[in-house]
Amino acid sequence: MPTTSAPAGAAVAVRGLVKRYGGRDVVDGLSLTARSGEVTAVLGPNGAGKTTTVECCEGLRSPDAGEVRVLGLDPRADAAALRPRVGVMLQDGGLPSGARAGEVLRHVAAMYAAPRDVDELVERLGIGSFVRTTVRRLSGGQRQRLALAAAVVGRPEVVFLDEPSAGMDPQSRLAVWELVRELRAAGVAIVLTTHLMDEAESLADVVHVVDHGRVIASGTVPDLLAAGDDGPDGATSVRFDAPAGLDVAALGAALGPRWAVTEPRPGAYVATGPAGPRAVAALTAWLADRDTLATRLTVGRRTLEDVFLDLTGRHLR
Amino acid sequence: MTPTDPAPLDPAGAVTPAAGPAGPPSAAAPALRRVLAQTGFETRAILRNGEQLLVTVALPVFLLVGLVATDVLELDTGGASRVDFVTPGVLALACLATSFTSQAIATAFDRRNGVLRLMATTPLGRGGLLAGKVLGVLGVQVVQVAIIAVVAAALGWRPDLAGVPAAIGCLLLGTAAFTALALLLAGTLRAEGVLAVANLVLVLLVVAGGTLVAPDQLAPWHAHVAVFLPSGALAEAMRGALLGTGVPPLSVVVLAAWTAAFGWGAGRLFRWS
Repeated sequence: MPTTSAPAGAAVAVRGLVKRYGGRDVVDGLSLTARSGEVTAVLGPNGAGKTTTVECCEGLRSPDAGEVRVLGLDPRADAAALRPRVGVMLQDGGLPSGARAGEVLRHVAAMYAAPRDVDELVERLGIGSFVRTTVRRLSGGQRQRLALAAAVVGRPEVVFLDEPSAGMDPQSRLAVWELVRELRAAGVAIVLTTHLMDEAESLADVVHVVDHGRVIASGTVPDLLAAGDDGPDGATSVRFDAPAGLDVAALGAALGPRWAVTEPRPGAYVATGPAGPRAVAALTAWLADRDTLATRLTVGRRTLEDVFLDLTGRHLR
Repeated sequence: MTPTDPAPLDPAGAVTPAAGPAGPPSAAAPALRRVLAQTGFETRAILRNGEQLLVTVALPVFLLVGLVATDVLELDTGGASRVDFVTPGVLALACLATSFTSQAIATAFDRRNGVLRLMATTPLGRGGLLAGKVLGVLGVQVVQVAIIAVVAAALGWRPDLAGVPAAIGCLLLGTAAFTALALLLAGTLRAEGVLAVANLVLVLLVVAGGTLVAPDQLAPWHAHVAVFLPSGALAEAMRGALLGTGVPPLSVVVLAAWTAAFGWGAGRLFRWS
């Protein structure tokens, strides 16, 4: 279900993009759109063509075929008009290694007529603690935060973030996610590539699942997770974590004739059947009778990892 | 170390700190301001880097003092004082070190680290980035020439003042030739390769390229080669200008030809990533 028609108001519209390296189609007829005020995730394994796609949108590479429009403009032909309106965070950083963090940010800010307040951005992203440290001495997470600050300092209307959470500690990720949500609320179109399911699930309004240079599924996270989740007979999965080695056959029998319970990994259980409030109550009651606590329980919810696995038969990395 | 303080330019920022379409339309700073910001950034990057300073400032000053104060190198100064003869060659060497060796290494690592790609996505663009690099080289050279001139003057240097404008013109032409060569290397080889080649070429051109020892004092075959090298041509032109004997037209032609050749090569072969 790839998106083939680009709405006129799309901030980013990619149609039939092809990019070859050495005779191999790294991007093979890829189409996607991203709208203002939304976070659009391009999710896929390493080598799926995510970075090449965003680099074509950033004007860093020319497509071999297909069409790319950012804010209605051609990233190559209209580069001068687009650069002030587009913020870019590269996967490899692109920060000059000999300069201090604060100096780099002020330098990038100097390229814009009305940049964001650098001090405010420094505080928002927790850059203050290393503002006088040279880039080459920064940790991976610190570099990512600085690169993100540089991408948004010019008040862009479109932001491309290539693997923004790579190498980040959990606290940094939360600060980054918060800033991304704030940009979205301000009407910015955010396009991020990621191979992290939780990042796409937490942030994205729309997810384009990419594999072998093509979009193989598109939609909101709930849409993608819901698609095909309920079995043909209306069966729903209840996933729960509990001590390993429970008697799954006994539990299945306790839940009812249409239930099947498995333990795919020690301590991780999947009960499939006509799930409803009573079935869940019966399940937790059965656990309570054995003085057992379910530490996590979700009903009818796959993860994007499951979706990807269903679509490709392979795991995301 | 702040190129420009963005705060006073940002009256809307206090009202809508969230940025984006809610605020004023995103706009670039004026082109001149962007290029000057990049120039300052590049200049500081070179002057802050210890190894770069060693090559661009310490080495020329060390050679200047060493050659003037000692007789390690036998020089036929053609009647001029030793310092008057040596200083123009040292200025040529300083130009070579900054516009070629230092710039090639800096650009090669910027390319490897993605700095060229990132800055190309900002309003600076590729053209502004290159302009900033070239002007940054000139900024460093102003510092170099000032230091070398002061040290040389202290050693008794009395250049032909009438030749100073010609000498500045020759330095600019030499800078163009060597910067083009630097970009040709930096845009085609791996960063580690550039590091090795740029230093090796510097040593070869200084020792055997007619820089400090005038080509006519070398073995005849060697002299023929040296006058056609960019290093020999620049040093001959500098000596001609500052010793008052006149800039040899051949040197100017040779430098212009190298500039055109290196510039053409860099324009064709430079890769940004």
